[in-house]
Amino acid sequence: MEKVVKLASENGILIFSKSTCCLCYAVQMLFKELGANPSIYEIDHDPAEGKDIEKALMRMGCSGPLPAVFVSGKLVGSTNEVMSLHLSGSLIPLLKPYQPNMS
Amino acid sequence: MNSTSARFVPSKRMGICEPMHQMAMWDFKGNNFLETSPPSMFEIETNLDNLSEDTSHGTVGPSSKYDQEASKSDDKVRRRLAQNREAARKSRLRKKAYVQQLESSKLRLIQLEQELHRTRLQQGQYVGGGIDTSQLGYSETTNPGIATFEMEYGQWVEEQNRQISELRSALNSDMGDMELHIFVDCGMRHYSDLFTMKATAAKADVFHIISGMWKTSAERFFLWIAGFRPSELLKQILMPNLEPLTEQQRLDVSNLRQSCQQAEDALSQGMEKLHYILAETIAEGQLGEGNYLHQIGSTIDKFEALARFVVQADHLRQETLQQIYRILSTRQAAQGLLAMGEYLQRLRTLSSCWSSRPTEQT
Repeated sequence: MEKVVKLASENGILIFSKSTCCLCYAVQMLFKELGANPSIYEIDHDPAEGKDIEKALMRMGCSGPLPAVFVSGKLVGSTNEVMSLHLSGSLIPLLKPYQPNMS
Repeated sequence: MNSTSARFVPSKRMGICEPMHQMAMWDFKGNNFLETSPPSMFEIETNLDNLSEDTSHGTVGPSSKYDQEASKSDDKVRRRLAQNREAARKSRLRKKAYVQQLESSKLRLIQLEQELHRTRLQQGQYVGGGIDTSQLGYSETTNPGIATFEMEYGQWVEEQNRQISELRSALNSDMGDMELHIFVDCGMRHYSDLFTMKATAAKADVFHIISGMWKTSAERFFLWIAGFRPSELLKQILMPNLEPLTEQQRLDVSNLRQSCQQAEDALSQGMEKLHYILAETIAEGQLGEGNYLHQIGSTIDKFEALARFVVQADHLRQETLQQIYRILSTRQAAQGLLAMGEYLQRLRTLSSCWSSRPTEQT
């Protein structure tokens, strides 16, 4: 979907979220903990295209579908994928280009 | 509600050892344990009686052939003595095995008492246990998803205990890595099975899972989102009990622990937010009006989020175990599984001893 692609390419780290979704909040907290500063797009605050975005994310294979994490324009995945990456030590290197002062 | 699959062994022997024999059989499914069943005292005594009878036969013979008979008797006596020694040796070995089985049975008995206590608790037979037994009795015994889970979990624990014994024996023997690997894989799959069971049960009744009602009281105290805390597992249970790690392993485990900690913190914060939102939803509108069906309805919808957290926490546990598996050698992984298994056993035994301690019941 165009909007998804556009937003993803405009932001180094992008998280599609819902303001009422606590798991989305948890993932945001993780990124903050790691010193990253992701852009958050709350789809429930987008009455026009919010539902379409959610459908598009599902079609792209995102397991949540929310939260949906994009880094460098590419879909990383939902909570499962983010957690797996982090535990294997592969998340921080992925985020490094976007943060000059990461912990 | 909890299954203790009753295995009744028809007694083939008479005498005082009968109950002991049955108890010993409960423990093992019959496969890979002792090759010999425990002897009854009756059997041991009979054997010794037979020997002494034989010895007396050996000295009987006609006196005219005294010299020949004398040397033959000597041989026979020597043979009998050797047989006696052998029989005594075997008897000692059997006794040792028997004592070991008794000790396992004792542990098993403690576990059974604990399960019985839990069953009674759930059926509201105990008063003042800090549980609203009317709620408990109704919802949980009639929820088929939970009833199934409780039964499967009971079996899971039995299998776990069996695997722990096997791991212990395997590590104490000179088993090679190839064989040990099989035990490790078995253990990993067993945990995987538990997470699958929990996911299904969380859909049936997330409160039952997240409150730890299916676990013993001591385990419940240490609960973090329906299970163990991965970073705690790494630091307190695994690290002190593994064969010396290489520098690389040490670094990998340290990094893993930090990642676990960060992931746990993130999930904990998410849970806090959910807690807040749920409380807010319940308290919506004027408290005191007496009309609150709407609030109940909208809160129930949000419970799905709770189940997602349980699944996510279990996913974290699963991933941690996978990473450990990758970092450690086969032998270390086996030690790790054994340490973890025994830790949980200790908690369960503690709960059982605690609940059966003498107290004043009003």
